[in-house]
Amino acid sequence: MRIRALLALVAGGSLMAGCAATAADTNSASKPVPVKSSKPAKAAFPSTYKAYPSTPTAVTGVTIFDGEGGRIDNGTVFIAGGKITSVGGADTAIPADATIVDGSGKYITPGIIDVHSHLGDYPTPSVSAHSDGNEATSPVTPEVWAEHSVWPHDPGFSRAMANGGITSLQILPGSANLFGGRSVTLKNVPARTVQAMKFPGAPYGMKMACGENPKRVYGGRNRMPSTRMGNLAVNRQTWIDAQEYRSKMNDAKPPKRDLGKETLAGVLDGEILVHNHCYRADELAQIIDMSREFGYKVTAFHHAVEAYKIADILAEEGICSAVWADWWGFKMEAYDAIPENAALLQKAGACVIIHSDDENQIQRLNQEASKALADGRAMGIEISDAEAIRWITLNPAKAMGVDAMTGSLKPGKMADMVLWNGNPLSVYSRPEKVWIDGALLFDSGDASRRPVSDFELGQPGEGDVK
Amino acid sequence: MTRFAILLASAAALIAAPVAAQTTAITGGKVVIGDGSAPIDGGTVLIRNDRVVAAGANVSIPADARRIDATGKWVTPGIFAGFSRIGLVEVGAVTQTNDMNASGSPFSAALDVQYAINPFASPVAVNRAAGVTRAVVSPSTSSSIFGGYGAVVDLGQDENPITRARAFQFVELGETGHSRAGGSRSASHIHFRALLNEARTYARDPSAFDSDLLKASDAKALLPVINGSTKLLVHVEGANDILKVLDLRKDFPALKLVLVGANEGWRVASHIAAAGVPVLASALSDLPYGFEDLSATQSNIGRMKDAGVKVAIGMINDNDAHQLRYSVQYAGNLVALNKVPRATGLSWDEAFAAISSVPADIMDMGGQLGSLKSGRQADVVIWTGDPLELSTQVETVIIDGVDQSLSNRQMRLRDRYSNPAPGALPKAYDR
Repeated sequence: MRIRALLALVAGGSLMAGCAATAADTNSASKPVPVKSSKPAKAAFPSTYKAYPSTPTAVTGVTIFDGEGGRIDNGTVFIAGGKITSVGGADTAIPADATIVDGSGKYITPGIIDVHSHLGDYPTPSVSAHSDGNEATSPVTPEVWAEHSVWPHDPGFSRAMANGGITSLQILPGSANLFGGRSVTLKNVPARTVQAMKFPGAPYGMKMACGENPKRVYGGRNRMPSTRMGNLAVNRQTWIDAQEYRSKMNDAKPPKRDLGKETLAGVLDGEILVHNHCYRADELAQIIDMSREFGYKVTAFHHAVEAYKIADILAEEGICSAVWADWWGFKMEAYDAIPENAALLQKAGACVIIHSDDENQIQRLNQEASKALADGRAMGIEISDAEAIRWITLNPAKAMGVDAMTGSLKPGKMADMVLWNGNPLSVYSRPEKVWIDGALLFDSGDASRRPVSDFELGQPGEGDVK
Repeated sequence: MTRFAILLASAAALIAAPVAAQTTAITGGKVVIGDGSAPIDGGTVLIRNDRVVAAGANVSIPADARRIDATGKWVTPGIFAGFSRIGLVEVGAVTQTNDMNASGSPFSAALDVQYAINPFASPVAVNRAAGVTRAVVSPSTSSSIFGGYGAVVDLGQDENPITRARAFQFVELGETGHSRAGGSRSASHIHFRALLNEARTYARDPSAFDSDLLKASDAKALLPVINGSTKLLVHVEGANDILKVLDLRKDFPALKLVLVGANEGWRVASHIAAAGVPVLASALSDLPYGFEDLSATQSNIGRMKDAGVKVAIGMINDNDAHQLRYSVQYAGNLVALNKVPRATGLSWDEAFAAISSVPADIMDMGGQLGSLKSGRQADVVIWTGDPLELSTQVETVIIDGVDQSLSNRQMRLRDRYSNPAPGALPKAYDR
C-alpha cells in the first residue's frame, strides 16, 4: 500500500510541471459565436450512461438503513424498473414474479457514495504516465475538467464497488491549484468511456483548495501565491474577473468564450457546486467570507480536519464538511485533526460526510464512518447507527446535487443499494450484492458478477477476490 | 537538574526499589493470550513488577495484589506493530520533524534510528492510547538501497523507548531498490552483493579499508548482516523480486531474511515457506499500485499462512508513522474475509496473533514480548469489547507493568472544543 493521498496532496504539483498547452489554447479554433448566457458548455461531453438490465427484485427479512437516518428491522426492499418501488416491514407487498433475495441476518443500505475520489485521474498503477489529477502549471485552472483525465479502466473502481459498495462518486481535480477545475460525478459502472459513466443529470462541481498546497507548489517556483495571503489575493482577483465576464455574457456583443470563466460564472449562477479543500478552521472562515464577497456558496469543505472548532458556524452556514475519520499529522495543517471531528459536527447540527480521497479507504467508508461514530459515542455524543450511514449516503448525495435521484432508499429513487453480509458498521461485514439502477453488478457468491478492468485482464490475479 | 538533586533522586530510587514490587491482578475479563489460542472467558492476568506471572482460567491471586475488575471487558497483550516508523515523525511534511531517511547524508547502512526515535512525539501518545504498546521501527531509504539500523521500541510514556537497538538492517530490493540503485534491478542486486563483499574486505583488515563504494561505518554496519547476527528486513512486493531475494542466500548463506510488504507473496508462498523466511506483510493491499503489485489481494496473508509461512501484519509506507492504531482494524478485516466466498482470511485467534505474538516471534523476541504467557513483559490492554471491532474503545494500557496515561493532544483538543463557541473567556483559557 502506498500513501497515494500524500502523493496527490503533497507532491502533486511538481509531477505535472512539464505538461503541455493549457485548455484555453486549445479553444482558440472555436468560432466566436455570440452567446447569450454562460451555458454553452452544458451540452458538451454529455452523459451516455444507460442503466443495465434489471429484474424486479425483493430483498426480504433484512435490516434496512435507509440513508436518511431511518432503520427498519425485518424489512423488505422491492425494486423494479431500475427504481426503488417500496421499502417497508415484513408486510410489504411483493409481486409474484419478483426475484426474492433472503436478507435475514443481513443489512441493506443505499449505495455508498464518495464525494472525494481521484479514481481515474490518479489511477493505479500509480505510474507517472497516470498522474492526471493536478494541472499544476498555473494556480488558477477552472478551465480543466476532471472527466478529461479519468481513465475508465482504473482497477480502483472495481475494488470500490466490491469491497466498499460504492455506487456513485465524485472525481475531483487535485489540490495543487487554488481553482483546480471541474469535477465529474460518476455512476460506478464499468464502461469504455467516461461519458458512459457520467451520472445523468448530476450538476458539475468545482474544486478549490486553500492553505498549504497551492502556496507550496507555486511558492516553490517563486510564483504567486507563496503565502496564505497570496492565496486569497489570487482567489479574489479571479472572482472579480469572473464577475466582470459574467456581467458581459448578456451583452449585445458577448466576450469570446473563456472555458475557465464559464466554470466560474457557473458557480456565480449557482449551477456549479463548490467543493473546497481546506483544513484549518480559521481558513474555513476566510473562505466563507470570500464566498459572501462574491455571492456564491460553498457546498462542502473537504478534509476540514478542524471543522469541529467552528462546528456551530458551519451548522449555521449550512455547509457540509467532508472529513476523514482519523487522518492526521501528515502535514502542518493536519496537525489538529481529531477522531471526534465528525461526531462534534453532528452534535452541532452540521452536515457530515465521511470521504476517502484514497483508493484504499474508498473500499471501507462504512468502517470509517463506524470509527467516527464510536469515537463520538465514547465522548458521550448520542448518534444512531442509521445516522452514521447517512454520512456515506444521503449527505454526500446532497453535496453532489444528486440527492433527489439517489442516496437513500425512497420509492422513485434509483435502485442503487448494497446488501451487506452483516452490520455495515462492523469490521466483519462486507458487501454481498451491489445493485446500480437495479442492475446486479456485484455478487460475492458469483465470480461472473465481479468486474475485471481491461488493465487486469490477462494479468496475474485476474478476477481474484482482491 | 543539579548534582545534589540527582543524588537525592538516585537515593530515592534505591530506597524505593525493594518496596516497589507490585502485583496486579486483572480479573473477570475475556483473556486473549495472543499466541493464537482461543480467548478465555472470566480469566485472570497476573502481573508482578514488569512481567506477566500468569494468565488464564485458574490463576491464584496473592492477597496483597492490586485488583482491576475487567468483568465484561477483554484483556489482551498490547498491540505489537510489525513494521512502522513510529517516533521518527511528528509532522510528515515538516522536514525538521521527519527522521525517516537522510537524503543529504553520506551514510546509509550505518544510520541508526535509535538516536532519532522520540518517545515524546505525539504519534507515540496517540497510538499508545489506542492500545499499541510495541513496534518495529524502521528507517526508510534515500540515496542507497540500505536504510540503516532499525529498532524495536515500546510506546511507554517514559524516556526510554528502546527495547532493542540495532534489531535489524533495512534494505529496498523491489521497485524502490531499482530506483535507489540507479535504475534497474540488475543494479540493485549487484549493488547489494558488491556492498556486502566490500564489507567482508573491511572485516579482513579495517585499517587498510579503502573503498569507492562504501564508507567504513557502513561496511561495519553490514558485517552482522552477513554473518546473520542481525536480521535483514527486505522490502519487496513482486513475486519475481521475492524469489530473487530468497536466492541471495546462495551467495550469503547466513543472511537472516525477513520480507516486508510482499504483496504478491501468495503467488510464491511455497518458496517462502520452504526458505523458512518470515513476512511482515501489508494486510489490505489489493490494487496494482505498481507493476510489482499486480496480483495484490487482501487474501495474501491468509494464503501465505495456509502455505506455512510465518506472517504478521506490518504497515510499510501506509500511515506507518501515525496510524498504528489501524492494526486492529486491519486484523479485523482479515477475519471478515472468512465470510467472503473464495477469499482466504485468518481466524480471529490467528488475526490477533498477527498483531501480537507473531511479529514478536519474527523479531526473535517472542520469549519476552507479544503475549501474556508467563515471563513476558507486562504489556497489557483492557478493551471495552472485541479489540478488533470498530466500536471498541481502550480503557487501560499497561506497558512493562506500568499504568500508562491515555491522554494526548487529540483528546485535549476534543475536550476544549466539545462546545465550540467560547464561553466567558476565549478558548485559549479552556484547559
